[in-house]
Formats: sequence, structure tokens, C-alpha cells
Amino acid sequence: MRVSLSVALLIPFSTSVLAATEVQWWHAMGGALGERVADIASGYNDSQDQCTVTPTYKGNYTENMTAGIAAFRSGEPPHILQVFEVGTATMMAAEGAIKPVHELMASFGENFDPDAYLAAVKGYYTTPEGQMLSLPFNSSTPILYYNKEAFEKAGLDPEQPPATWPAVAEASAQLREAGYECGFTTAWQSWVQLENFSAWHNVPIGTRANGFEGLDTEFLLNSDLHKTHIGKLAEWTQDKTFVYGGRRGDAQALFTSGECPMYMHSSAGYAGIRETAGFEFGTGMLPYWPEVEGAPQNSIIGGATLWVFEGHEDAEYQCVADFFNYLSSAEVQAEWHQGTGYLPITTAAYELTKEQGFYEANPGTETALLQMTLNPPTENSRGLRFGNFVQIRDVINEELEAVWGGGKSAEEALDAIVERGNELLRRFERTAG
Amino acid sequence: MEKRVFFRNRWLPYALLAPQILITLVFFIWPAFQALRQSLYLEDPFGLASEFVGLENFQALFDDSRYLESMRITAVFSVSVTLLALCSALYLAVQADRVMRAALVYRTLLIWPYAVAPAVAGVIWLLLFNPTLGILAHGLQRLGVEWNPAVNGNQAMLMVVIAAAWKQVSYNFLFFLAGLQAIPRSLIEAAAIDGAGFARRFWTIVFPLLTPTTFFLVVVNIVYAFFDTFGIIHAVTSGGPAGATNTLVYKVFNDGFIGLDLGYSAAQSVILMAIVISLTVVQFRYIERKVHY
Repeated sequence: MRVSLSVALLIPFSTSVLAATEVQWWHAMGGALGERVADIASGYNDSQDQCTVTPTYKGNYTENMTAGIAAFRSGEPPHILQVFEVGTATMMAAEGAIKPVHELMASFGENFDPDAYLAAVKGYYTTPEGQMLSLPFNSSTPILYYNKEAFEKAGLDPEQPPATWPAVAEASAQLREAGYECGFTTAWQSWVQLENFSAWHNVPIGTRANGFEGLDTEFLLNSDLHKTHIGKLAEWTQDKTFVYGGRRGDAQALFTSGECPMYMHSSAGYAGIRETAGFEFGTGMLPYWPEVEGAPQNSIIGGATLWVFEGHEDAEYQCVADFFNYLSSAEVQAEWHQGTGYLPITTAAYELTKEQGFYEANPGTETALLQMTLNPPTENSRGLRFGNFVQIRDVINEELEAVWGGGKSAEEALDAIVERGNELLRRFERTAG
Repeated sequence: MEKRVFFRNRWLPYALLAPQILITLVFFIWPAFQALRQSLYLEDPFGLASEFVGLENFQALFDDSRYLESMRITAVFSVSVTLLALCSALYLAVQADRVMRAALVYRTLLIWPYAVAPAVAGVIWLLLFNPTLGILAHGLQRLGVEWNPAVNGNQAMLMVVIAAAWKQVSYNFLFFLAGLQAIPRSLIEAAAIDGAGFARRFWTIVFPLLTPTTFFLVVVNIVYAFFDTFGIIHAVTSGGPAGATNTLVYKVFNDGFIGLDLGYSAAQSVILMAIVISLTVVQFRYIERKVHY
């Protein structure tokens, strides 16, 4: 007691002499999310006076990553950089530029427990040996949103979203009969209709455990199941059972305007949809093909993690580690989850949110978590790790758009994705090898 | 007799030129040289490992049928943007030149769009043409057009052409208007007295006298369409659908700044540079001969 009192008395003196160590955190969270990030940083800064974390918004995910890499090249990297999941392989390959989180925490972090994180989240960002490379921060997973009022109007059960693809087609037919222009649409087609589709059906996206086990991985996206699925979607564009609304989240207007009563999109979109949809909506898990054995498995995450750059002072790393511990605490995580719609990424934060009665008060917010943790992740559903994946996603967008426009068959497009994707993987292997 | 100016001091002319040359070296020649060097390397984003690969980046480009397709798309895009921006600006300038009352108001309003940032211009047109929210899209759908630029490549192209041209109209308008006002009234009045109608006067007197302006604007607009439009394309279509609006400069931007493949992107910018240099040379050597000064 006496010791802690004297320490408490000493702290104000020590900080007046030694300025707090500053840690730069570059992130890609704009708008309301950016305010949340600022809240977290100021919450941490107020909790102690050794370290100051300064968050800076550097543009969207790609812009932020490019800015971080450019800063590294000119010798002035930030301490912490938020990088989206598809940039993982690029960051990992940058040996000498990156300080893996497990290393950082081993030297500077006391009692940091990587197992506190949900397996489905952690798995995406750890080596096959189980070492954590970057700190999970904001994660989400795609789910099905549906318009309850439209369901009621079409004579469908508004509490029962379709669980399988045939059921989605049937519901779409009924909805269109009731006067709706289209059945369903999707955001992030590569992430939802190919990457998560594969995990959900427990089939591989690429060899070498979806790229986790080596850079010599090759795509397996032209399997019969993938061809059937994309072929079905193409067929459904004919009668507007499925309408393609553009890349990223561009299709959202189709859902919120009431045109398409079903929409597959990130769970992190929940708050935005609630704001813009003028109707009551529900959430469901992603549909699956019932004839596939092992489906549904579990979905994989998107979102971003925090990477630490090499080349800073020990005192600064001490602060980064301390901040990471703060960030991982159940209170901070639970608040972030409830305020943003991102997943609670530690078990403790999930339990805390449940205890607080958040899911009862906000029905539909738990779906993503239940879906992601439906089964323990397999080699096919742990995530993916492919180099040059930003460009590969562009290739996928391009080829799939050719299918929706009628220029290519599903078979041709998926074969092209594999061929062009493999070329980009080989190019990456050369620079990273 | 040609007039020549001589400097007494041998170094003075060089000293006077030096600032300009220095700026050109630092901001144009040096980066161009860097791009040339980079195009011969294969490098990881962080610059940790870099391998000299000779012309491999170029070879990969020309082996790619989509790159050749991108060249075709760029040609269609640039010609359409230039034509649309020049024709509508000329039309507006001629009309504004004839207006007597409140001419200043019209002129000021017509110049405004030039101050809009490319990405913002893109977003404005994207919203107008959005199949669900856009007022223009609704009009088209009412006319029975199946409007969905997310799937239909021609519609997407039309959208970026309009957005890119719209932004350039003001600039062209200013130059055309200045050109029109520099034409001596007496010429036009003489033609009018001789009985030439408005159209005749325009094609035989005004337009030929405007050719220096038109020529200058053609060069500037083509350079604009080639280089300055990636912001609009990025905001409106991201090069899609299925690569239908993936112009050369957008591909440079996308592969370099988003894909972080610097060597590949540098090789593309070297090719783009060569194309624009040769286009400009052609314009100055062949088309300029038809210009009356």
C-alpha cells in the first residue's frame, strides 16, 4: 500500500521531466469509425501517462497501406499500421520491415494471451506454427440481410430467412411474383461468392492449405462446385432472381431502396443498413448447397489487423505492447463491437456483450458470430493467404462481371481466374522468395 | 529580315534559362528517368528485394491480350472525350458570344465545373446515373432502356466519357470564347453585308480563324484524357465492368498504387509516355500545317 502510494506520487513528477513516448497509429477508418478509433486512443492516453498514441487517418485500406509502405521506403514508418486482410501475405513477406506481434509481445508485453482471441479470427493471422503476426482489430464476416416487410408481403415467413440456395431461389420467385424487381444481390462478390463460399462449403480456394503453407500455392477456384454455383448465379441474372449491383458495397442501394429484398454483405454493414433502410430487416447465415457434404462449415473473416514496423526504439515498442494489451481488454473490445458492428474478437468481449444483454436488445447482431464459430475451422475455412491478392481480386471482379454481362460462361471465367491468378501468384513468389 | 538578339555576355542566356531547365530536370526528366529504370526491375512493395529483369515487364505486357484491349479502350475513350468536350464547348462559346444581356453570368456559370475535383465530378455523375437512385437513370429506364452500367460495358464507358468531358468543357469554353472575341468584327460584318447567313459565316470565317485555338485545345484535351482521368474512372467504375473502362492510365495507377507492383506499373507508364510523345509529335508535324495563324 505504502509502495503504490509513493509510486502514485512519483508519476506526476516523472512525466513532467520525461515527455510521454509517442506512438504513431495509421489507420483507414473514416467517418464515424474514425471517431471510434480516436476514442480508443484517447481512452488509452488517459489511462496512463507514459505513452501517447496518435491515430492518423490515411485514406481507405489500400491508400493507408500504400502510405505505410511509402513511409517505410523513405525511412519514416509509423509504429502501427492497419492493413486489410488481403494485404496479409504482402506484409508477411516483408521480412525485416515487420516486427511480428508474437515477437513484440514476447519481449515487451506482459501476460499477453493470444488464445484470448477467437480461433476463427486468430487463425487468419497466425503462422501454421501458431505464431501471431499481427494483432486482430476489426473483423467482420458476410451474412444475409433480408427485408422482413417484403417477406411478409410475399407470403414468406419473416422470421425464417432461407438457409439454402434452392430456398433463396424459391423465395426470390415468390418475391418477384409479389412485385419486387429482383430477388437478391451481393456486395464484395469475390469475398462473399467465392472466398466465403468455399470456406462455408469446406472446399479449398487454393493448394497448400489456401496458401498458408507456402508461396507455391495455386488456385482451385474452378472446381465443379464453384462452376455450378457461379453458373447458377449467371442463370439467375436472366430473370433477375439475382441482380449484380457493382463492386465493393455498391449494391447496397438495391437493398435499402427495397428493390432487392435479400442482400449478402459484411456484418459490419449492419449500422449503415439500419440507418438507410426504411423497413424492418433481419439477418441470416449465408445460404449453402444442401447436397454438399460438410456444408455449412464456418465463414471466414474480412477486415483488418494492426501491423508493427521494425526500426523503432525499445521504449516505443514498450508503449506499442502496452497499447495492444489495452486494446485486447474485454471492455475496449466489447465497446468497439457494439458501437461499430465489427465482430467481438476475443472470447471475453463476446461473453461481456452477451452479459450486457446487447444481442437481445439488438436482434440480428449475433448471427455473424454464430456463423463464424459454427464449427472449428478446417484447413479450408481458416482463411486464405495469397500474395498480390489485391490484384487477384480485381481479376476476379473482372471475370465475374464478364459472366454477369453474358460475355463469358461460368466455366470460362473461373478457368481464366485460376490461370490469371496463378500468374500473379508466381510473380509474387519471385519477389518474396 | 529576321530580327536577332545577341547577348554580349556568353553566360547570361544560360543563367536566364537555368531556373527553367532546373525545374524541368527535377520535376520531369528525373522522374521519367526513374520510371525508365524501375521498369527494368521486379521489386517487392517494400523495396527489400529487387531483381533486374531486363525487358521482362514489357514482354509480359505485350503478351497480355487485355493490355492491347486496354489500348483500344483508351483510344475510344480519348477520342470521345476530346470530341465531346470540344464540340459542346465550341457550341456554348458561340452561343455565349452572341448573348447581349447578362453575358457575364452565363460565362461565369459555364466556367464553374472546372473547379470541381475529378473524383467529385465522378461521384456527381455516378449518382445521377445510379440505376437505383439516379435521376438520369430513372429517365432512361422510363424510356425503356435497360440501364445497368455495373454489368453493361458500353453504358459504363458512356458514363465515364460524359463525366470526363463535362469537367473539361469549361476550360475549352474559356479558350474558345477568347478566340471568338479576338476575331475582328469587321470581317464578320463584311460577310453579313455580302449576304452570308450565320452558318456560312461560321464555317468560312469564324471556324478557320479559330483553328489555332482548336489545335491547341485538341492537344491539351488528348493529354487530359490520357493522363488526368484516372480519378474519375476510379470513382465511377474502377475500370469495370469486366475491364470495359480500364484505360492505360488507370491501369498504371491500379497496378502501381493499389497493386503495389512497381516494375509492371513503371513499364506501363513508359509505354504511355512514348504514346503521348509520339501523338504530340504527329499533331505538331502534320496537323499544325493546316492551322492558320
